[in-house]
Amino acid sequence: MSEEKIYLYPRWVRLWHMMNAVFCLFLIITGVSMQFSNPKVPLIRFDLAVSVHNIFGILLIINYLFFFIANLFTWNGKYYKIEFRGFYQRVMAQFRYYTRGIFKGEHPPFPITKARKFNPLQQFSYVLVMYIMVPVMVISGLGLLYPNVIPTQLWGLSGLHITDLLHILAGFVISLFMFVHVYFCTIGKTPVSNFISMLTGYHEPH
Amino acid sequence: MVKKFNYRPAWIFILLIIGSGIIFSIGFSANSKPGNADTIKPAVKDTTPAKTDFSSHKNAAENEKCLKCHGQSKYTYENSESKKIATKKMYAELIIDRTIFYISNHREFKCTDCHSEDYVTFPHVGNLRMEAKPNCLDCHGGDEKYAKFHFENIEKEFMESIHSEKHSEDFTCWMCHNPHTYKINARSNENIKQTIVYDNAICLGCHGNLSNYQLLTDKTNPNLLKKHEWLPNQALHFKSVRCIECHTKKINDSTLVAHKILPKSKAVKNCTECHSSNSVLMAALYKYQLKEVRSAQGFFTSIFASDSYAIGANRNFYLNMLSLVIVGCVIIGIVFHTILRVIK
Repeated sequence: MSEEKIYLYPRWVRLWHMMNAVFCLFLIITGVSMQFSNPKVPLIRFDLAVSVHNIFGILLIINYLFFFIANLFTWNGKYYKIEFRGFYQRVMAQFRYYTRGIFKGEHPPFPITKARKFNPLQQFSYVLVMYIMVPVMVISGLGLLYPNVIPTQLWGLSGLHITDLLHILAGFVISLFMFVHVYFCTIGKTPVSNFISMLTGYHEPH
Repeated sequence: MVKKFNYRPAWIFILLIIGSGIIFSIGFSANSKPGNADTIKPAVKDTTPAKTDFSSHKNAAENEKCLKCHGQSKYTYENSESKKIATKKMYAELIIDRTIFYISNHREFKCTDCHSEDYVTFPHVGNLRMEAKPNCLDCHGGDEKYAKFHFENIEKEFMESIHSEKHSEDFTCWMCHNPHTYKINARSNENIKQTIVYDNAICLGCHGNLSNYQLLTDKTNPNLLKKHEWLPNQALHFKSVRCIECHTKKINDSTLVAHKILPKSKAVKNCTECHSSNSVLMAALYKYQLKEVRSAQGFFTSIFASDSYAIGANRNFYLNMLSLVIVGCVIIGIVFHTILRVIK
């Protein structure tokens, strides 16, 4: 093992991350199949899509609770704690690197270290997804799974509609995040080194 | 990795659990209040204030001659032989509830408009029970006033229905539409949940009531919950759609409510018949409400205000287009970024 490599992803993080990825993929595919269901060209048979979506939804909730509790009590949670002072400038510096600096061969402004697992843009997007979008997704999903708990009317509008809209909106943002997340993982020492990191636990700086 | 146990996050976690519990309890109790879909009664019984003065109805005084006996559970008369006052129980099927009758569609009718004039004498003559009862078309057929209801099409659909095929003339309009209580609903009630409860109560009148069911057969009525076990989220479906959504076929689009009841083998079992952009619900259950609410509240409000909701059917063209544009932009951005990285 090279000395440069940093052990950044403990076994539980890798296991959680892998399961999260698999569950999300199943949920996105079955969710899209239901939302755009077409009797003539069904992506997945509707009743099957419903059952698979429900099962993987529950699994995702259990997995998320594990992540949430583990982050409360372990060092991993600190990586998600945003230092708001100067955060905007740091995010913009990272954004500038991704849109310009990277093409000029510049060094990343916030290289990954043991104390800083995420760059500011990663930190912002991960907090947005894991602490805002996923909870919205989970709560609205539970509401759709047990519709009797949803108030029939919310501010004069249909409670079921609002819940559904929140669920689809959060699902859409998370799906987009997954696209971009996978792409950005190719920006490592080599295009596959970040993927290997999530298997071995060791990050290769570049 | 754990430096020391930090109590602050533990408190946050406990508060989150308690908070979500409270939110869910509020939601649950809000839905358990009377008047919500769970507990709702047919519209005719639920929305009417208890009224005891019916004198505003033009035939109320005339009808009272009949309702003084048929309007309650017991009646009295003088025994012509013994000259004593006798009190008897009224046969339940012959009791007419004034509060329901005077809000029904036939509220301005005289009893003797449909029943023989000879009923005015008591005791009623025995062979009066043999009188032929009029059916809907006897009054509503070929009348311009009722043209919008398309009674002729309804009759045509009904004649092709399994009810008519199996039971011939024994199955009349009155089996489902009690002339003393029937109130037009799907066309006038903006509350879809009430329409669902009202219409399903018509089917359950026989299919959920053995004594009524056996008026036309010796068989026992099937266990509906067991028969519909295959249906995911069964309770929600029963509350959200009418039996006729899956058990009828519309022959003519002009009739609002389909009357061709299908044999069970032909009932809709394919989820996407409802759960798709071309949902059959839009042409049936939601048809009237979509038209009325949309014209009253505008397109966007109606999307969220209406009770109509089915996964896969409630798609919004503009939101779909917007999501496609955003996904397209992200993909183009990724491709562009990749190309620049390769050629840098």
